[in-house]
Amino acid sequence: MTAPVIHGEYLSKRYRRGLIVDPGLRHALEKFVRSPLATLRRPKAEMFWALKDVSLDVHEGEVLGLIGRNGAGKTTLLKILSRITRPTEGWAEIHGRVGSLLEVGTGFHPELTGRENTFLSGAILGMSKAEIARKFDEIVAFAELEKFIDTPVKHYSSGMYVRLAFAVAAHLEPEILLVDEVLAVGDINFQKKCLGRMGDVARAGRTVVLVSHQLNQIRRLCQRVLWIDDGRVRQDGPTHEVVSAYESAMSRSLSAAAGDSHNAQHRGSSKASFISWEIAEPRSDNPYVLTEIAPTAVKFVLRLAEPIHNGHHGVALFTADRQIVWGWAADGLELEAGDIELTSTFPMLPLRPGPYQWQVSIWEDEELLDMWDCTPEMTIATEVHQHRLDEWNGIMNLPSRFTAKALQNRVPERTRTP
Amino acid sequence: MASLTASPQSAPLTPRPSASATVRIEPPRSFFELRLREVWAYRELLYFFVWRDVKIRYKQTAIGVLWVILQPVLNMLVFTLFFGRLAKLPSDGLPYPVFYFAALIPWTYFATSLTSTTNVVVESQNLITKVYFPRLILPISSVLSSLVDFAIGFVVLAIFCFAYGILPTLTALWLPVLLLLALFTALGVGLWLSALNALYRDVRYVIPFIISFWMFASPVAYASSLVPARWRWLYGLNPMAGVIDGFRWAITGRGHAPGLLLLASASAVVLVLLGGVFFFNRMETSIADRV
Repeated sequence: MTAPVIHGEYLSKRYRRGLIVDPGLRHALEKFVRSPLATLRRPKAEMFWALKDVSLDVHEGEVLGLIGRNGAGKTTLLKILSRITRPTEGWAEIHGRVGSLLEVGTGFHPELTGRENTFLSGAILGMSKAEIARKFDEIVAFAELEKFIDTPVKHYSSGMYVRLAFAVAAHLEPEILLVDEVLAVGDINFQKKCLGRMGDVARAGRTVVLVSHQLNQIRRLCQRVLWIDDGRVRQDGPTHEVVSAYESAMSRSLSAAAGDSHNAQHRGSSKASFISWEIAEPRSDNPYVLTEIAPTAVKFVLRLAEPIHNGHHGVALFTADRQIVWGWAADGLELEAGDIELTSTFPMLPLRPGPYQWQVSIWEDEELLDMWDCTPEMTIATEVHQHRLDEWNGIMNLPSRFTAKALQNRVPERTRTP
Repeated sequence: MASLTASPQSAPLTPRPSASATVRIEPPRSFFELRLREVWAYRELLYFFVWRDVKIRYKQTAIGVLWVILQPVLNMLVFTLFFGRLAKLPSDGLPYPVFYFAALIPWTYFATSLTSTTNVVVESQNLITKVYFPRLILPISSVLSSLVDFAIGFVVLAIFCFAYGILPTLTALWLPVLLLLALFTALGVGLWLSALNALYRDVRYVIPFIISFWMFASPVAYASSLVPARWRWLYGLNPMAGVIDGFRWAITGRGHAPGLLLLASASAVVLVLLGGVFFFNRMETSIADRV
């Protein structure tokens, strides 16, 4: 493996809480007049760490995603790496030309024309004049603004403005690209185009660090993900693992916030209780994570103190927000005392990646012996076979095949074969 | 702060095709760095900032240029009327319009530069929080873009002199030096004020007072010969005194060279400028967190 192009150690950033707005010169003077010595001492403002001891290595050609809640410190980390702000502690070294995209349209001025803004914004983002001149036609074509390039951008619609701004940014070709949530702009078609361009950048072997809340974007573009929580690295690893762990943590905290305590419903009787569950097939490192759309077996272990006659076994699968996905019951079970494996097999579980929960129950005649909301939750972390935009993703994650062919002796018509 | 110099001690272990620059990111440490080399590395962006300022200022075509001329001309008329015709202040033997206009051109340059330099950091906060570049190029671009106004005013001044039959002499060769002195004064003081302005927004309200006070502390409305000779050196600590006196002398070739005055001014400017760069660089580390 090559040496990292970004190497950071214990990067930390401390901010004063709430004191973004300065009280003003008058206040400072007044304080100085009242107690001249106190002003020399450090003010005891409430400090907090926006980022604490974050170490990271990013290798050449790697696309690293940064995820985390709002205010977790992702943008602070990006700002430190792009040198907009300096760390309070720690250090980093970056080898190569860095381009950072923290907003779309950095440096645009409304009075200037599209052409002038292209040069200005390009220069601010780090392109040389010659480089912008060379790519100018390509940028204008990408933005689809050939006719309006000599119009002041104040006359542009917001869509045109964003298209030009992104076109400039998209043609930035640094060795290392730092991007903050800028893809969530423009109409869907333009977003697609931008994502395609981002993919090209990544495939061209450039190093990218990307902050996004669109987890599908992260899944599509990144090989590795850093999950930042409360200013610290919570998890660092392959995309599907970290994103899934993040999703289940988010949904857990959501349901916890909603006062939903369905996890505490496990009340085994003296006669029978469920003690564990796992994904028996396909096998992976983690028995609670499903990584393949393939024949799947889920195994529940039931401990019986006494034999059961005429038993019923219920199995149900729920989404994180308690929508039932599937349910089934097996009747007329005759079970010996001891530990019993109850296994359900499926040709596949083609569900949208994310957290799910199994619920199992055991009954004798009409009497409920045990019902268990299986913990830990099941995480589905399979490859995504859906639209690249989150809003076009449904609960099913089905691989599909598409064909278009002309029918004989008819007006050509499109057909869709699932 | 990270320097753009390729540092040999952190050379990559494996050869990389285009690992041209290594940047080290650290907490702010050393107090005394000028970091002018980095400004040089970003000179193209400096050019673009100046280009943008000039473009925007003259976007309203004829009106924009007209204002640049009108402001000193109106000032000159007012000064000629009140200080000259009514108060009958001495003008070292020069016609009043030339006497005042020769002072107002460098003074107006200084005043606009100082104002725009003071405000440039706050006005660019959107850029500062979104993209990195050496912040020092912002105030530098301000004093440079004001030079265009100066050039236009200077042409008008030349026409004035010609109309009064005052032709350039060899002393005019001193003009670039004097202009440079005015530029460094505006930059030096502007660096202090723009960094302070980022911390305390009140500074922008103080600026008009500073400028009008400073104007009366400089020989704009009167001749420096009014100042008693034994206080002349102290007066010279105001760099604009030397600049304005020098301008009158260099343009008209009359009067005496402001030798000692200019020397005192130049040394004062060097101190203010160096201090300004240190202070600005020191504040720069936290500007993005505070604007």
